Amino acid sequence: MAKNILETQDLKAYFGNKQILKGINLAFLSNTVTAIIGPSGCGKSTFIRSINRINDLIPNFRIEGNIIFNDQDIHDKNVDEVDLRRKVGMVFQRPNPFPKSIYDNIAYGFNIYGIKDKYTIDAAVENSLKKVALWEEVKNNLSQNALTLSGGQQQRLCFARALAIEPEVLLLDEPCSAIDPISTAKIEELIHQLKKNYTIIIVTHNMQQAARVSDYTAFFLLGELIEFGKTDGIFTAPKDKRTEAYITGRFG
Amino acid sequence: MLGRKKFILGLKEKLIEKLLFLCSFLSVLTTFGIIFILSAESIEFFKEVPVLSFLTDTQWTPLFVNKHFGILPLLCGTILTTFIAISVALPIGLISAVYLSEYASDKTRNIIKPLMEILAAVPTVVYGYFALLFITPLLKKIIPSISGFNALSSGLVMGIMIIPLVASLSEDALRSVPNGLREGAYALGSTRLQLSFKVIFPAALSGIIAALILAISRAIGETMIVAIAAGQQPRLTLNPLVPIETITAYIVQVSLGDTPHGTLEYRTIFACGMTLFLLTLCLNIISFKLKKKFQEIYE
Repeated sequence: MAKNILETQDLKAYFGNKQILKGINLAFLSNTVTAIIGPSGCGKSTFIRSINRINDLIPNFRIEGNIIFNDQDIHDKNVDEVDLRRKVGMVFQRPNPFPKSIYDNIAYGFNIYGIKDKYTIDAAVENSLKKVALWEEVKNNLSQNALTLSGGQQQRLCFARALAIEPEVLLLDEPCSAIDPISTAKIEELIHQLKKNYTIIIVTHNMQQAARVSDYTAFFLLGELIEFGKTDGIFTAPKDKRTEAYITGRFG
Repeated sequence: MLGRKKFILGLKEKLIEKLLFLCSFLSVLTTFGIIFILSAESIEFFKEVPVLSFLTDTQWTPLFVNKHFGILPLLCGTILTTFIAISVALPIGLISAVYLSEYASDKTRNIIKPLMEILAAVPTVVYGYFALLFITPLLKKIIPSISGFNALSSGLVMGIMIIPLVASLSEDALRSVPNGLREGAYALGSTRLQLSFKVIFPAALSGIIAALILAISRAIGETMIVAIAAGQQPRLTLNPLVPIETITAYIVQVSLGDTPHGTLEYRTIFACGMTLFLLTLCLNIISFKLKKKFQEIYE
């Protein structure tokens, strides 16, 4: 039976005095893909960046309300944000591989966790590169600097890096916005496969992409959750006028 | 009428261009002038002293009756003080840079950085007296056998002097590492310490090495501190507790002394100057190349 792995309760977020999120209640079922759509500035990036507490690094950022992950509030003082981020992985808008070798990029997650066993790491490198369909392209050049890869390859490497440490939830912040269509197709294919083992939340500007990859869709507007439901329902019969206006391309 | 105006305007433009060119040409000319004089006088020097003995003789006594012209003791003094200075400036400078770039809030950084840069604004002659009259007596309490003039105290003070240089340039290198790398590392569960030393530091390494090399060339060229506090005794030793002399300090000694122009003794300073010039030139070229390489990666 599927359960809610993650839930936000009346989540409000502020940068200084500016309120970005105005009380978001959303629950995410495990092993599903949820797309978050909405025009620029609607708070969708802020929302997913709150879930792994990466926004906490920004001065003046403040949050109210609760984010419950595996039945525990992530802002509870017993929760270590470093542990949280290992369980809630993230891939960013722009590919951000480390200026190290392909191998070391993936090994990094093990390295910082004190895992030194070469067989474990070798296996993880191979497995995760296979998952993102990059293995065949790079298997003979694992010691090559990751920055020499193409943008699409770099982004898949970032997926592999995030997957290697086996998170439970994967946050994708517009992962295809800076890469070419062929790589985008590969990544969408990847998201389909990853659903079996991970819970995925993807922020996207591209509505076709949301329709293609997700099970559920949430529509954000000016910091509020306007509509949430099965993706089929949202795209074929939106209940709210604003959702309809957005997905038919009348604004945004 | 219009044509005339245009003509005058064109002339003015040309004139200004020539003027600007002359100004920039002046500094190029000066550089070439310096290189020319250095070379000319050095050539005269090497007509009398073979290059081989200049590079291999272990004594430097051009002002004595028994003359020896081996650069090694002076080079050794320079390397010794530089090494001590870098051993102080590198760790402290780098740690400060990591703190300023990765840990300090904007507010703290805006206070600390200018304060640190004041260190760089202190005249070197003040540092020289600081070494001689404060650090050396202090060291004497710990190491009673230390001489009144020694490489250790001048090296230490020189190190303090170049901390801001190392810190400031390294901090620039660390801060220019794109923020995406920081977020990426945090998202994989890095602590701030792991982020700083396993991701940001290696990513900025070529910039940091460039900073280090500039610091070395600054230490090699530093004159006042060593002239005041290191003693003026050319000595082929790596013992930091005894008086030594660096290349720069020797040049000061002769320039201020009563050595007659045109003599061999007088020309030694040009040979020394040439050696210094080549040394720092090489270092600056390496530093420049590294900096360029660093910029290529991220821009």
